[in-house]
Amino acid sequence: MSHAVETAGLYDCRDAWVKTLVDLAAHDPRIVAVVNDSVGSSKLGAFQKAYPDRLINVGIAEQVMVGVGAGLANGGQVPFVSAASCFLTGRALEQVKADVAYAGFNVKLVGQSSGVAYAELGPTHHSIEDFAWLRPLKNITVIVPADPWEVEQAIRWAAAHEGPVYIRLSRMPVPALNISDRVFTPGRATLARQGQDLTIIACGTITHLAMTAADELAAEGIQARVLNMHTINPLDEDAIDAAAKTGAIVTAEEAHLRGGLGGAVAEYTASHRPVPVERLGFDGFQPTGDMAYLFERSGLTVAGIKAAAHRALGRK
Amino acid sequence: MQNDTLKNDRGPLIRQKALWMRRTAFTMVHRAKMGHPGGDFSATDILATLYFGVLRHDPARPTWADRDRFIMSKGHASGAIYTALCAAGYFPEDWLPTYMQNDSPLNGHPNRNYVPGVETNTGPLGHGFPVAVGIAIAGALQGRDYRTYVLTGDGEQQEGSNWEAAMVAAHKRLKNLTLIIDRNRLQQGASTEETSSLDPLDQKYAAFGFDVQIVDGHDIGALLAALTAHSDKPRCIIANTVKGKGVSFMENVAKWHHGVPNDAEYAQAMAELV
Repeated sequence: MSHAVETAGLYDCRDAWVKTLVDLAAHDPRIVAVVNDSVGSSKLGAFQKAYPDRLINVGIAEQVMVGVGAGLANGGQVPFVSAASCFLTGRALEQVKADVAYAGFNVKLVGQSSGVAYAELGPTHHSIEDFAWLRPLKNITVIVPADPWEVEQAIRWAAAHEGPVYIRLSRMPVPALNISDRVFTPGRATLARQGQDLTIIACGTITHLAMTAADELAAEGIQARVLNMHTINPLDEDAIDAAAKTGAIVTAEEAHLRGGLGGAVAEYTASHRPVPVERLGFDGFQPTGDMAYLFERSGLTVAGIKAAAHRALGRK
Repeated sequence: MQNDTLKNDRGPLIRQKALWMRRTAFTMVHRAKMGHPGGDFSATDILATLYFGVLRHDPARPTWADRDRFIMSKGHASGAIYTALCAAGYFPEDWLPTYMQNDSPLNGHPNRNYVPGVETNTGPLGHGFPVAVGIAIAGALQGRDYRTYVLTGDGEQQEGSNWEAAMVAAHKRLKNLTLIIDRNRLQQGASTEETSSLDPLDQKYAAFGFDVQIVDGHDIGALLAALTAHSDKPRCIIANTVKGKGVSFMENVAKWHHGVPNDAEYAQAMAELV
């Protein structure tokens, strides 16, 4: 499947994740993976094959999975705790809070199949609340890579960084972003397109849609700036200050409308830079449907982002 | 033989430290008008035995990679862990009067970033055992010979995360891991058996794959022997204890879970703890 999507110009970001982790593990014996019977869904087969002793499978048990991650960090390892993000952040939230964030252990949490990647499986398997749950845990760096390049950068940075990190991955095929002179710096948004009429702030799987929407808006004579806000925590407040100066902001994310990227931008602008903000995301539990249907009904499409841009411009 | 002599020699020291710990912890609770003295006292002899007779540790190097680890999963018994760490030399005695005061390092529940010697932050129950499993796995991976001990309350065993941890520990045959259960038979409101019964706890842990031993949790000699024993499986020591041990009016009385003494009760306790 991965090969098929790559020949279509689309990538399953899990391939970049495991390739990078295997590569890092070859040079750093502290790196281990911790999973909840999620070797397949985390695509960790290659890691398991290369380092069978360093793949710790605790079974279907998320609380002990995250606790074990903290303990491994106490023992000097660098654990990458990888599981479906709905269970990693939901089932084990108290362990994430107390054992990882509050205790401040050097644990890397890797949320797989985030957002609505498990579309038809329903809200129990969607992970759209994770940003809202993790953002108050201020010492966890929350990174949402948008394409394979960014996945590799994020994993490499996390391995070298001393402190808790949450990296939110998807299995949804995405294109490689066409951004020139790209540099990945956690906490600093990437300028994906320059523009001065309004700013579209997106992350993860939605970023490429925002870039296409901006291209189409340009054909209408509207110059939309696009920020790839790959880090939700800490938030790039300087970039938001600059975005506010364009007079209107649209946020777009594969996450809940409450408490995520849009919430963070609205909190900041309301306090420091009042400006119209149109937020795109999911407004609660989603009905049965495939990913395209769920994205469509919440405006997470090129057309939906353009419509939000017009609404935002109308409020300037 | 030499080991036995050493153990015998340690008894008086451990008992002396335990007495100081009880008096000091109760003084902290009396001063702060907060705390969990009942559970402090049921665990005191176990902690004194660990820190003064069992653990390979160096208070001058709290992050020494080869140290034995002790995890205080029943973090609400902070009077016990703080007095043990202070007695062992991890921090100065002048910290103790700040217990639970504004900006004190001695929070109501232990924080490893505030207090040297605290291995992980605890408070919500059922967290320490999974973390201890991770520490034991790290030791096995690295070929280090440190041992990991974790103390949970008995009521705490009602948290399901403990049983997730038990499955992993047994499956991986973590022989470097010892779970100690402070079996005082009381949780905050009533007895464990009235609330959600735990017995037969020994058979449960044996069935999970642990080498189980039941000891008197106030018998220093028995604790020394149990805590230094080895097995080819993870160990579970069920320490039968008395909540409020050492003070007549507190022993086996549930309200002393987080009871605070008035001045007369404090004076009586100090008169008994000699």
